[in-house]
Amino acid sequence: MTDEPRSGTSRRGFLRTSALAGAGLAAGATAARAEAADPLITEVQDWASAFGDPVDATPYGMPIRFESHVVRRNVSWLTESPVSSINFTPIHALEGTITPQGCAFERHHSGAIEMSKQDYRLMINGLVDRPLVFTFEDLLRFPRASTTAFLECAANGGMEWAGAQLEGCQFTQGMIHNMEYVGVPLRVLLEEAGVQPEGKWIYAEGADASSNGRSMPLEKAMDDVIVAFFANGEALRKEHGYPVRLVVPGWEGNMWIKWLRRIGVYDQAVESREETSKYTDLMPDGRARKWTWVMDAKSVITAPSPQVPIRHGKGPLVITGLAWSGNGAISRVDVSTDGGKNWQTARLTGDSKPKALVRFHLDIDWDGEEMMLQSRAIDETGYVQPTKDALREIRGLNNVYHNNGIQTWWVKADGEVENVEVA
Amino acid sequence: MSKSRNLALGATILSALASPVAAEPLGLGRPALPEEVTAWDVSVLPDGTGLPEGSGDVLTGEEVFAEKCSSCHGEFAEGLDSWPVLAGGEGTLTDRRPVKTVGSYWPYLSTVFDYIHRSMPFGAAQTVSVDETYAITAFLLYSNGLVEDDFVLSKANFLEVELPNADGFYADDRPEAEYALFRAEPCMADCAAEVKVTKRAAELNVTPEDPDGRPAGTLPDLRMAAAEAAALAAEAA
Repeated sequence: MTDEPRSGTSRRGFLRTSALAGAGLAAGATAARAEAADPLITEVQDWASAFGDPVDATPYGMPIRFESHVVRRNVSWLTESPVSSINFTPIHALEGTITPQGCAFERHHSGAIEMSKQDYRLMINGLVDRPLVFTFEDLLRFPRASTTAFLECAANGGMEWAGAQLEGCQFTQGMIHNMEYVGVPLRVLLEEAGVQPEGKWIYAEGADASSNGRSMPLEKAMDDVIVAFFANGEALRKEHGYPVRLVVPGWEGNMWIKWLRRIGVYDQAVESREETSKYTDLMPDGRARKWTWVMDAKSVITAPSPQVPIRHGKGPLVITGLAWSGNGAISRVDVSTDGGKNWQTARLTGDSKPKALVRFHLDIDWDGEEMMLQSRAIDETGYVQPTKDALREIRGLNNVYHNNGIQTWWVKADGEVENVEVA
Repeated sequence: MSKSRNLALGATILSALASPVAAEPLGLGRPALPEEVTAWDVSVLPDGTGLPEGSGDVLTGEEVFAEKCSSCHGEFAEGLDSWPVLAGGEGTLTDRRPVKTVGSYWPYLSTVFDYIHRSMPFGAAQTVSVDETYAITAFLLYSNGLVEDDFVLSKANFLEVELPNADGFYADDRPEAEYALFRAEPCMADCAAEVKVTKRAAELNVTPEDPDGRPAGTLPDLRMAAAEAAALAAEAA
């Protein structure tokens, strides 16, 4: 089957013919006006007559097979090793704001480790009155808090700094997920140990070989950081830090330490590898920003997009997308169909929570002409998502991280969609 | 708001929390024993806090590096294939493609010691001893042209070494450098003059593909028979 032409036309034609021969007139069922009665309606289908699956068939279910395209994808050439690497959430195919955990992206530096609740230990040490060791059972006895927050990798869109490179918002914006977390405020655990007045920074590290240690000012640690056990209603997935991870609302994903094993309290930052060699942002003068913790306001149109071409022809078209800001709630999203010449304000569908994904929609009547689709997020501080050019003017091309520039999709007359840059 | 004001604010909040308003400890957990803290807290800070007793010289470091590191990072720390380059790249930070290494980019030697000791070799971390870590660190200084080949690195002289890019970093200044600029009321109508496509990802063609040549994960065509769509999906899986 692999020697077919890339367009797939002949194979599709072949398969459609066989399908028609076998199952009657299936194709064309969605045409505006049926030439003939639709057998999916006029003929009794199996599912309307025989049994479906029993309730004991699936103790823990997976998506129906027709949704097999809604999976994580990786791009092997991006990294030298698949255990210190990244994969991408299929944001092109999702709606609403909650990311299904099973397809929520992963980023590891030495693989996804298997840590049981029995083997789990959390240590708090350093400039504290009482250095402590907790078991998982201990942690379950602290008062709990909840938050819904996006986790965006600092490198999300990093491959696009120098130009349009990957085809599909899964690849260009999909190092992100958004979950409802429940756990214990880090503040409560720090108070249990008693932070001393000289303690200005915490350093969090994981149980994995990479450790992923990061420093954080005490102010943030005492504010809204959660030591989380649950995500979207159930335990964390192994690859997301089971049984315990840090949730650091609004801040770059690298700081959301997984398999959290130690919180050290210090009088200064550790300046670990993950905040010196990595997660520092090179600027045009050869110096680099460090401690660029917050993820700025950002958005992307998830459909239409390169993986979601318009196949239904002209007429009503739903433009749907995601917006988010580490500096608070999204107050508005504007959408342009002409590459930024003119904008109209989309509607936010559902709540706009601070430091969480929000869904936006704009319904248009597509005339079948080419479009240059863009979205522009505005957060509650008044910050307006910049263009890539506006960012490059300040930062140059080698920032690596923190690319929140406006994305352009070129919708062509045939409904196919491309990742492009415009000027 | 400047960073120092942020931190000052943090201190205010902290003192409020540490006052009688703060919750009483619940008495959960147990005291961490000294040997447990020693086992897990191996962090080394830029001022040398956390450095263990020990030492190592360049030639010993070269031997250990050859045995445990060079299969990925090269005999001279120059990097093999696409594994990280640890030496070289001096003066490239304003180049179109900078080479960021320990010598050209890293600010502190503490990070080198700390990271190697805890997380390297890749796949067999925490298998280099303290003295071996001093020796490898000395060898990396030598590979980067920063010390002579008879150099001995120890806890005692560790802070005498300053890496070339020690002053190459500054704390996040987006609040001053960007936020004011980007908080202007945006244009809504008749904004850009000409809109021209300047870059197309399609021209690079480096995205994973489905069997039909589309970007991997493209939504199935709902006007295609389900059997055909399922066949394509099975092929893609």
